[in-house]
Amino acid sequence: MSADRPTTDPIHRPGLAGALARGLDSDIFHSFKQSKVTMLAGAVTAIFFLAALFAPWIAPHDPYDLASISLMDSFLPPVWMEGGDARFPLGTDDQGRGILSTIIYGARASLVVGFAAVLLAAAIGVTLGLIAGYLGGTVDAVIMRVAEVQLSFPAILIALLIDGVARGVLGGDAEGNLAFAVIIVSIGLSFWVQYARTVRGSCLVEKNKEYVQAARVIGVHPALIVVRHVLPNVLGPVLVIATISLALAIITEATLSFLGVGVPPTQPSLGTMIRVGNDFLFSGEWWITMFPGAALAILVLAVNLLGDWLRDALNPKLR
Amino acid sequence: MAPPVLKVDNLTVEFPGRRGTLRAVDDISFRIDAGEVLGVVGESGAGKSMTGTAVIGLLEPPGRIADGRVELEGQRIDNLPHEKMRRLRGDRIGMIFQDPLTSLNPLYTVGFHLTETIRTHTDRTEAQARKRAIELLSEVGIPAPEQRIDQYPHHFSGGMRQRVVIALALCAEPRLVIADEPTTALDVSIQAQIIQLLKRLCRDHGTSVMLITHDMGVIAETADRVAVMYAGRIVEVGPVREVVQNAKHPYTEGLMGAIPKIGGRTEDLVQIRGTMPRLSQIPSGCAFHPRCPKAFDRCRRERPDLIQVGQSRAACWLHAPEHAGTGASGDGHG
Amino acid sequence: MIAFVVRRLLQSIVVMLVVALLAFSMFRYIGDPINQMVGVETSSEQREELRERLGLNDPMLVQFGRFVADAVQFDFGVSYQQKKPVSELFADRLPATLELAFLSAVFALACGIPMGVYTALRREAWLSKVFLTVSLIGISLPTFLIGILMIFVFSVWLGWLPSFGRGATVDLGFWTTGLLTVSGWKAAIMPSITLGLFQMTLIMRLVRSEMLEVLRTDYIKFARARGLNDRAVHFGHALKNTLVPVITITGLQLGSIIAFAIITETVFQWPGMGLLFLQAIQNVDIPIMAAYLILIAFFFVLINLIVDMLYYAVDPRLRVDRATSSGH
Repeated sequence: MSADRPTTDPIHRPGLAGALARGLDSDIFHSFKQSKVTMLAGAVTAIFFLAALFAPWIAPHDPYDLASISLMDSFLPPVWMEGGDARFPLGTDDQGRGILSTIIYGARASLVVGFAAVLLAAAIGVTLGLIAGYLGGTVDAVIMRVAEVQLSFPAILIALLIDGVARGVLGGDAEGNLAFAVIIVSIGLSFWVQYARTVRGSCLVEKNKEYVQAARVIGVHPALIVVRHVLPNVLGPVLVIATISLALAIITEATLSFLGVGVPPTQPSLGTMIRVGNDFLFSGEWWITMFPGAALAILVLAVNLLGDWLRDALNPKLR
Repeated sequence: MAPPVLKVDNLTVEFPGRRGTLRAVDDISFRIDAGEVLGVVGESGAGKSMTGTAVIGLLEPPGRIADGRVELEGQRIDNLPHEKMRRLRGDRIGMIFQDPLTSLNPLYTVGFHLTETIRTHTDRTEAQARKRAIELLSEVGIPAPEQRIDQYPHHFSGGMRQRVVIALALCAEPRLVIADEPTTALDVSIQAQIIQLLKRLCRDHGTSVMLITHDMGVIAETADRVAVMYAGRIVEVGPVREVVQNAKHPYTEGLMGAIPKIGGRTEDLVQIRGTMPRLSQIPSGCAFHPRCPKAFDRCRRERPDLIQVGQSRAACWLHAPEHAGTGASGDGHG
Repeated sequence: MIAFVVRRLLQSIVVMLVVALLAFSMFRYIGDPINQMVGVETSSEQREELRERLGLNDPMLVQFGRFVADAVQFDFGVSYQQKKPVSELFADRLPATLELAFLSAVFALACGIPMGVYTALRREAWLSKVFLTVSLIGISLPTFLIGILMIFVFSVWLGWLPSFGRGATVDLGFWTTGLLTVSGWKAAIMPSITLGLFQMTLIMRLVRSEMLEVLRTDYIKFARARGLNDRAVHFGHALKNTLVPVITITGLQLGSIIAFAIITETVFQWPGMGLLFLQAIQNVDIPIMAAYLILIAFFFVLINLIVDMLYYAVDPRLRVDRATSSGH
């Protein structure tokens, strides 16, 4: 081990400061800065994220505060069209809610569900993958079989089924937070497989390496080996999968909400709003559906671009 | 006098990259005459395969020929348009690669490979091409060719596959065949057979060979002349016996000293200190000078040209006329 | 070869049984079948009698056995909501979904493969960049949004195509088809494209990346070294090798088309199985949900089986000829 303290270059500083400095100096960040499209995608995602986080302060109105909306304001077109109202730049829906505000709150719901579902899927998937990879044998075989079978069914179907079953078990119209939990669980459960497979693969590779075997011989607890050695090696691919599955999770949530089996109507997401607006397409109030639709599309596109870039940046073969 | 089958002058191959341009082949010149086997030998990364690939025009972008000329039988080929070059390949100049398993498409039979190549270059019908294919298989030593012609590559062993590959390269009777490590992926016992086959066929058909390999033993067996490459440059070239027994360049001396000899006195194998430099870090002057036990000041400053010494030429300032007589050249083992 | 088929068949049967078990559990334990079938006035003795008669007090294994036996004969019970036998409802709706799925698959393949090949061979052309951008949008837009957008442009705005239903259909006895009428075709265009767009994008990206991989192989290099012309190299060799994994992966995707049909059918009010299933979820109509689950599983298992066999048939390396495998 080198005993000399290196220069005061921040890269060499230990701890979080050092890690941050190294991160900003790394190849990955350079490649990020080089691609304008990626930076744009990153910026858009950040905007959505922040808007969702600070929704109550940013949105012009709280569309779900029944006291603040009025049917007199319903069906107003966007501000640049005839009949528009500056109070509601993107128009209003059938209840008089400002579309801009509903988009901000809707994005919030979509992002919350999306993130939570991805976290759940990652947690389940990584854990099962590590167990399967490290323990091997029947445990591995069983987990992988289940994974295989589940993989041949599309996520949306699984999510629908879990959702339907949950409804049946919990009673027809599950309210509020329960409905949120249900949808997060159903989406999360339909996505864990990718994580499990990747993690298991890495685990198998690391397991045979000498330093792991050495640790085993010394008697280090298997869980510790796994966490300290295998996990760091696996985080890269897991991050890539997470970004891509975030986009998928958001789409799945939007689809479920559009179909009417997603988030509860009291806290609509972008998907719910699209469904509501769909009824008014033919009568001419296109903005009720189109703006939330555009917001959804832009958000998912941005997340996908980020995921694409991340995958290329972390791919050792392309470096 | 007829032009040599292959004449390469000042060939330079570059790879523009994010961190600057790399030179895989740096200003090399050599020739191959009719019916002759030129061995091109060197460590991995010395630029031998790149030379072969550049000559036949199969460099993948961003790699490109940055300078120099390549002439095939007097005709310049390095600047030919795509389609014209394509016609030459297989027909006048052929190439075989290292791994016979991956050289053949697993979804097609061996017979299909042969007939499609034959029909690309000659005017035969399917039936005639098939007949010719069976003849070729028999010529390269595949038993029962009438049955085996309809089998898939994975039905053949490594040595058999390489025979098929040789048949494919020779079926249109090219003037020159570039063999890039043709035996490296094969078992040692098979290597000799394949080399013998290659040698015999080329002699029978009058084909010249550019034999690229890192195995000096193969060169000593098969080649008429040999060019030794280091860091993208040719450091020595001459008749095989001369170069092997009477190396003029310190690097070649090192290479010869590193070959274990059966039946000789047991001496320690000579090791050349250090490793070949990376393409991004080629030393100034003579690329070998950091590792050379006989390096002196001029070696660090100027890159040596190939200087004639006896029957060979070596790129070493030790052999410059001003230096001759100081006892630094000649006896082969340092 | 036979051993392979038998093994796969057995695997498939196991999977089906597991799925049947899941469906059965749903059936049995979610909600009370009796309550769904009778009105509130029925006394508890009558309910008990009904329970006995329907065999709901028999041991679990017996009930499961009966369930499986019924399923094999296409008897899935009676829909809670619509009071009609499930199999009848399915038979009504299946042709609509299958036709839609078929048209989408054709669209996805017919557009996806050529686009993929083009973007692999002409990487720098601006058309390639256009295709790639379209593909990015294709996988980013949720299916329902694509549908709504198409309806907006082609129905509301331009008025060219109908926005719901199948148009006029022709009854062929066991099958009703919309493909024999002009209005049937017009009604099918937008739903097929909506459903197929995601698949088309996937296929295009898959073909592209596979082909780029293949173009880097030694046998392609050797093919060029042998002097084969571009057409032979790109289409005779590269494309053929690309399509082998692509076709098989696409086959597997076919199953997901049937699942995604749920969304498309909802957007376009296409009277297929997907719409039926969705309504069942909203109404907690267990018999339909269970039956749909089994049916979908069956399709998937069948498709998986066919794809495996296809792989076997197409890739000669998988066919080990014992007689000639020894070569030196």
